[in-house]
Amino acid sequence: MVEGQIAIQEYKTGNTKHKWDLKKIKFAHRVLFEYNYTKGEIKKGFANRTLFINLSTKEIKEKKVTEDMKKKFTGGRGFGLKLLWDSIKPSTRWNSVENELIITTGPLCGTTQYPGSGKSLCLTISPATDIICDSNVGGFFGPYLKFAGFDAIEIQGKAKNDVVVVIDGEKGKISVETAPLEETNSHLVNEQLTHMYASEDTDRSRQKISVVSAGKGAENSYWGCLNFSFYDIRRKVPRMKQAGRGGLGTVLRDKKIKAIVTKVEKFDGVSNNPADPVKLAEVGTKLHREIRDLDRYQCNMRAVGTVHLVEIMDEYDLLPTENYRFGSFPKASKIYSPEFYKYFTKIIPDGCWHGCTLACAKTVDGFTVKTGPYKGQKVTVDGPEYETCGCGANMSLWDPLWILEFNFYCDTYGLDTISTGTAIAFYMEMYEYGILNKKRCNGLELCFGNAEAVLEFIHMIAKGKKGEFIEVASKGIRRVKDWLIKKGWGEEKLIEDCGMESKGLEYSEYVTKESLAMQGGYGLTLKGPQHDEAWLIFMDMVNNAIPTFSDKAEALHYFPMWRTWFGLNGLCKLPWNDIEPANNAETNDPAKVPEHVQNYVDYQNAVTGWNIDKEELILQSERCYNWQRAMNVWMGRGRRKDDWIPYRSMGPVTEMEYKSRQERYDKQLIEKLNISKKEIEKMDIKQKMNILYEYRQDQYQKLTDAVYFRRGWTPNGVPTPQKMKQLGMNDPEMLKMLQEKIYEDEKKGLNIWSGKYHKGEKPPSIKKKYWEK
Amino acid sequence: MAETKTVKVLKFYPEKCKGCLECEKACSNVHFKTGEGGDKSAIRIIKNEKTYKMLVCDQRGLCLDMCPVGALYRKKNGVVWLDKESCIGCQACVGFCPIGAMRKSDVRIEPFKCISCGSCVRACPENALELVEEKIDEIKEFVYHKLGA
Repeated sequence: MVEGQIAIQEYKTGNTKHKWDLKKIKFAHRVLFEYNYTKGEIKKGFANRTLFINLSTKEIKEKKVTEDMKKKFTGGRGFGLKLLWDSIKPSTRWNSVENELIITTGPLCGTTQYPGSGKSLCLTISPATDIICDSNVGGFFGPYLKFAGFDAIEIQGKAKNDVVVVIDGEKGKISVETAPLEETNSHLVNEQLTHMYASEDTDRSRQKISVVSAGKGAENSYWGCLNFSFYDIRRKVPRMKQAGRGGLGTVLRDKKIKAIVTKVEKFDGVSNNPADPVKLAEVGTKLHREIRDLDRYQCNMRAVGTVHLVEIMDEYDLLPTENYRFGSFPKASKIYSPEFYKYFTKIIPDGCWHGCTLACAKTVDGFTVKTGPYKGQKVTVDGPEYETCGCGANMSLWDPLWILEFNFYCDTYGLDTISTGTAIAFYMEMYEYGILNKKRCNGLELCFGNAEAVLEFIHMIAKGKKGEFIEVASKGIRRVKDWLIKKGWGEEKLIEDCGMESKGLEYSEYVTKESLAMQGGYGLTLKGPQHDEAWLIFMDMVNNAIPTFSDKAEALHYFPMWRTWFGLNGLCKLPWNDIEPANNAETNDPAKVPEHVQNYVDYQNAVTGWNIDKEELILQSERCYNWQRAMNVWMGRGRRKDDWIPYRSMGPVTEMEYKSRQERYDKQLIEKLNISKKEIEKMDIKQKMNILYEYRQDQYQKLTDAVYFRRGWTPNGVPTPQKMKQLGMNDPEMLKMLQEKIYEDEKKGLNIWSGKYHKGEKPPSIKKKYWEK
Repeated sequence: MAETKTVKVLKFYPEKCKGCLECEKACSNVHFKTGEGGDKSAIRIIKNEKTYKMLVCDQRGLCLDMCPVGALYRKKNGVVWLDKESCIGCQACVGFCPIGAMRKSDVRIEPFKCISCGSCVRACPENALELVEEKIDEIKEFVYHKLGA
């Protein structure tokens, strides 16, 4: 058993050591083009310039960050949106040459005093959704990019052969070099490049390098994630965090980038040159103390990370099981957090950026790999996170060791565990119904619980195996739905209802059937069904704190805006409400965690020297949120039809599901639909299911109506020019485009509310074109 | 590497203390080259009704496992040491120290702590402070959540 107070050089993981001829690998590099830059100073959180690289035209240049840009877009994801708008066309798709991969930082990114301050925000046009995907990730890359001199990096074009992009903050030099001999899979290439580019052969020196890569799986699927490294001086391995959603890694590999390396000369606690370091240390220390005193009684993040959620979700019937058919399972206790705690390495500062004492980034060290190319080797597995365990439940894998194996290979192959797991769960359900079978699955027996088949499927993707199923299945649920329907192998409605995707992106791991607000939290999002915009299940379903449509709409306005704010600043959301002040429950708005909101106001002011309040903070988000939606509209999506969600996320698709919660559903028919108990008893399940289906679909439409109205959008979901102007986003081209799109919708008769409003019910507004008034 | 077995820790005799704070002034001279004492001193003497209390690091080393960059370690003499050059000012050690002995002054981002140098002992006119040897194994501690055990 590991105990504390071990000298850093004496920590051991027991991992398999690699011997590479790094000199030979480096010698094979050929510099394709390079650029020298003057190292600058970070002023109040901003480097005040961004870096542009075009791999096709071999151009590297700096772009200035103006005060106007900061005012409108704040930073981070906001800057990414601005850079994308300036560079792409409405017809740009993920593999278009002008598509960009953008990694941004944000003014608070790189702060060490406040937990959760090292996030990078990545943006691109997603292969899964054909619109912008933004993904938030830890690791050292973002802070180092800024300390090397840039608020963001945007990469356009494609290289002919595999390259590495090196941002050397020590020498003030950017270079794009061929990289023919490096490994592709992340756990190896990250280690190779960390050793190769470190100035000295010391752990301290290696800690000043961060690598972004994606493995072989990212090349051959739409689920590619980006692995951001952070070198661990105790474990002596570059660990990694994933920008998982939306296929960012697929874009990286399409650009033939093997990795992006960034290196800093030095950094310290005030590298951001904050306006008020004293205040910053004060706010940060206060939160450290809260975590010290309360985390073990609240989320226990420091001990088990996000896995603590498994038991809570199982308890509340929210843990997605067998493709979201159920919300709990008798075997679920086998993957509760204590089961993983046994394997986690303890008493190590596990923040994915320095100073994060919430320290949720747990690992299993010396894990023996059971399958595939690394079979028999001992490795460090980063994770699992709750979502990855949720995927285990969804695929009916109840063995922690198989979840770790799944986690390890998804990571190193550059596959998003969420999309991969959710998609496989859908394929498994189709397999159970006979819509898929062994023959149709290229020989894979993809039935629930078959861990070997899951791993084999992933290895086949990484190998780039040919086969009709593999090639379609690796592109996600949406493509498989179309494929199954085209083949005529199953009933279209069943296939559409069961496959948990919206906008082309797979759902993350929560059962939303009984929480209408959370259905909106997944459906009424910018990039697709990810829980990072709103997580309202407890507020809605457990506490019944937002009963009306307008309450829910207010929550679906405030929380997505609030959560967007983390991405504008380079922050993690966890230290906001995964640790709460002891008296939070007694405040007037516990769900918002008012004291922590004030922390963030103080924090942003202390770094930037601005003088904002909590309302301005929401406005910062609203500007960018509406801008992103407007860009989706510009790209032909971002309308009501695109906010469609599958019925599996709204209610019981199959009789089995209805029966599993019969009492609840019957009660709802009686209470909400005024059907008498006698009538209910006479009905068969099919009839009851149909009534519930109509009712819940209509509820979702009414919710959509209310949310669009609250957000200041048209009834078809388009942000109005009036709203944009009010927010100060007055780009004439954008306003003109929005006006045209609204006219188009008007001509097609789409600017109407979609809920069925009966006597006594009202749509959000009865005025036509209410937004013009 | 030869294991260090003992460490010098400050011992306080409150009955002798008159509250002159010469110890704090000597300490701030060591850390910040100023005789101000107070927030710039690693040792604090606090009046507690009729008597005095000392706040200072007891070298138990809980903070060692908090430091993400390895700036905190035990020196050969057993003292828990903060290397200012490698410190990145995250305040994790400050926030997690259960007795508030890892201290932070407004003049710089890196914290500071008692290094058992004995300046305060020499400065005390009342002989109210003493450095005593303690066995490290008997005082060392680490945070350990025994979850589900």
